[in-house]
Amino acid sequence: MSTAVANLDHYVAAFEEAAGRLPGAGMPWLDAFRRQGLAAFERLGFPSTRQEEWKYTSVRAIERERFALATETCAGLVEDDLGEARMEGLEAHRFVFLNGRHAPQLSRPGKLPTGVTALPLAEALGMCPDRVEALVGRRVAVEENGFTALNAAWFTDGLFLEVEPGVELVHPVHVLHVTVGRDEPDAHHLRHLIHLGEGARAVVIEHYIALGEGVYLNNVVDELVLQPHAHLRHYKLVQEGLQGRHIAAIDTHQLGGSHYRSHNVCLGGALTRNEIRADLDAEYAECELFGLYVTDGRQHVDNHTRVDHRKPHGTSHEFYKGVLAGRSRGVFNGVVYVHPGAQKTDAQQANHNLLLSREAEIDTKPQLEIYADDVKCSHGATVGQLDEQQLFYLRSRGIPEATAAGMLTYGFAHDLVEHMGLEPVRRLIEELLVRKLPHAAELQGVG
Amino acid sequence: MLTIKDLRVAVNGKEILKGIDLEVNPGEVHAVMGPNGSGKSTLAYVLAGRPGYEVLGGEVIYEGRNLLEMDPEERAWEGIFLAFQYPVEVPGVNNMYFLKAAVNAKRKHQGLPELDAMDFLKLAREKIRLVHMREDLLKRNVNEGFSGGEKKRNEIFQMAMLEPKLGILDETDSGLDIDALKTVAEGVNTLRDGRRSFIVVTHYQRLLDYIVPDHVHVLAHGRIVKSGDRSLALELEEQGYAWVEEAAGA
Repeated sequence: MSTAVANLDHYVAAFEEAAGRLPGAGMPWLDAFRRQGLAAFERLGFPSTRQEEWKYTSVRAIERERFALATETCAGLVEDDLGEARMEGLEAHRFVFLNGRHAPQLSRPGKLPTGVTALPLAEALGMCPDRVEALVGRRVAVEENGFTALNAAWFTDGLFLEVEPGVELVHPVHVLHVTVGRDEPDAHHLRHLIHLGEGARAVVIEHYIALGEGVYLNNVVDELVLQPHAHLRHYKLVQEGLQGRHIAAIDTHQLGGSHYRSHNVCLGGALTRNEIRADLDAEYAECELFGLYVTDGRQHVDNHTRVDHRKPHGTSHEFYKGVLAGRSRGVFNGVVYVHPGAQKTDAQQANHNLLLSREAEIDTKPQLEIYADDVKCSHGATVGQLDEQQLFYLRSRGIPEATAAGMLTYGFAHDLVEHMGLEPVRRLIEELLVRKLPHAAELQGVG
Repeated sequence: MLTIKDLRVAVNGKEILKGIDLEVNPGEVHAVMGPNGSGKSTLAYVLAGRPGYEVLGGEVIYEGRNLLEMDPEERAWEGIFLAFQYPVEVPGVNNMYFLKAAVNAKRKHQGLPELDAMDFLKLAREKIRLVHMREDLLKRNVNEGFSGGEKKRNEIFQMAMLEPKLGILDETDSGLDIDALKTVAEGVNTLRDGRRSFIVVTHYQRLLDYIVPDHVHVLAHGRIVKSGDRSLALELEEQGYAWVEEAAGA
């Protein structure tokens, strides 16, 4: 029996053992959903590079492990341990999850306005199971791949956020996932459900950090629904640990005149894969997808995005940039699909990459598929090195070569940071960016 | 201060400078004139250390040291400044941060304490007046979205901040209207203190009405074909470059 098959059996056996203790156990619809996930996983296994969608991203390292479902919460962690991840100056409703489970001692939900429900998903399953049921599995198919199937079977917690029509959630919701490294490899399956009623507004920060060393997997599914004229700003910041792996599927259903903006920043982790989809399913829906990945060592970051323009007058602007050093590897695959009848679509997409070493690699594939004739669409991708002229210009002013290279790289990436409306998030990312670049010490105060 | 002996330089395998000799003493202003393609800008770039230039022969001694062995940043620390013909836009890099890094890199090399933000700003405000540059340009990205005139002012402003011993102006007059030209020239003239030297590379005599040179050299086909005083520039203005090229036997 191959290791891969043996490991599949491991998850099935583990599930049978743990199913009764998973959140919401005993609710028939949820039990059935989890069973469906397990069956799909048994059938699908983990994705292989023979599949087009996973061609450049091997998950063998995940397949080889026998991840245990983290069951114990790490008591003893105090607020100070969260350090800069608290984001100085950020006034937010904070939910902290430790190894995949809500950690009430670290959360600061604060006072929520009337018309807003924000809860850890495991609690929401107890308090408002019907509303959870209405969202689970609606956007991300259980059978999409082995990871979404595993997530369906195993998900333990996440954010449940509902904002009633016309309500504005003034302060952001900060969802902070902390992984504390353990001796045996852990997997955490998280599911975030967000529903914004007509004209509702919210800002959500989805944030992943690691404390200490350890092999782990964060397997995440986000299912988001924006009713007409709803407005969501979605920040996602991945700072997983050196041996952390992060797989996510984010799907947003957008109704008429709704607005979704995603700021997706990948800095840490051995392997990160984001599958981000915006489904513009009614007229005048608008989405903006901004992404930045900065990698070194042997990191691998894969961003797959897909925007579906199904109805007329939709707008999508997508702008991704990558800085790759060391032997790291990036993948960008962006599909913009304009369906028949989606006239007056305005779709722009760009992906620019800066390679800082000979061994770094990027596979970029922007794809436009247009089945309507009255549209404005553009896309483009570039891969380059630091500009020799700019480098010489800075050096001719006495700036040492390494510092000059750092400044230019920072300048290249900063583009994607400066548009972030949330100052404390922007400041933290600027700081992390400087630290991640070569010769960080010489770049103090660059922001 | 600067001695260039029989300097021969190739770019992409093509010999551009074919034996240049030039001696610049402290406090002197040398104008290097010549038709397009004569090698003027190549000379300026080679002195500043731009990569991609192959030195085939000869030497450049700057204050007793072999200049050609020094990195561009080291040349800057030792007092060489090139005002670019086409100042480079650097997206995402703040002008003020850039210049503070430059000034402090030089101070560090000189063993001086680094300027803090306050002291730097004070100095910058004082110098920016020299070139009548708008202060808000400090907050923008380096040269990004600057007009042609603003870019040239920014070059002279940087020169004023870095206080070089030898300023090299590469066609600083190109693309400037007469008012901007005067302002830029005034900025340069205030930096003339009897010790600081300049090499002014220009196609036209016009700039030399405002920055008056001590010596004028005419470059054609990679060689200095004629040297003289200021009157040589006026002669060129009247007669064009055809006669020097002929005289060079090209």
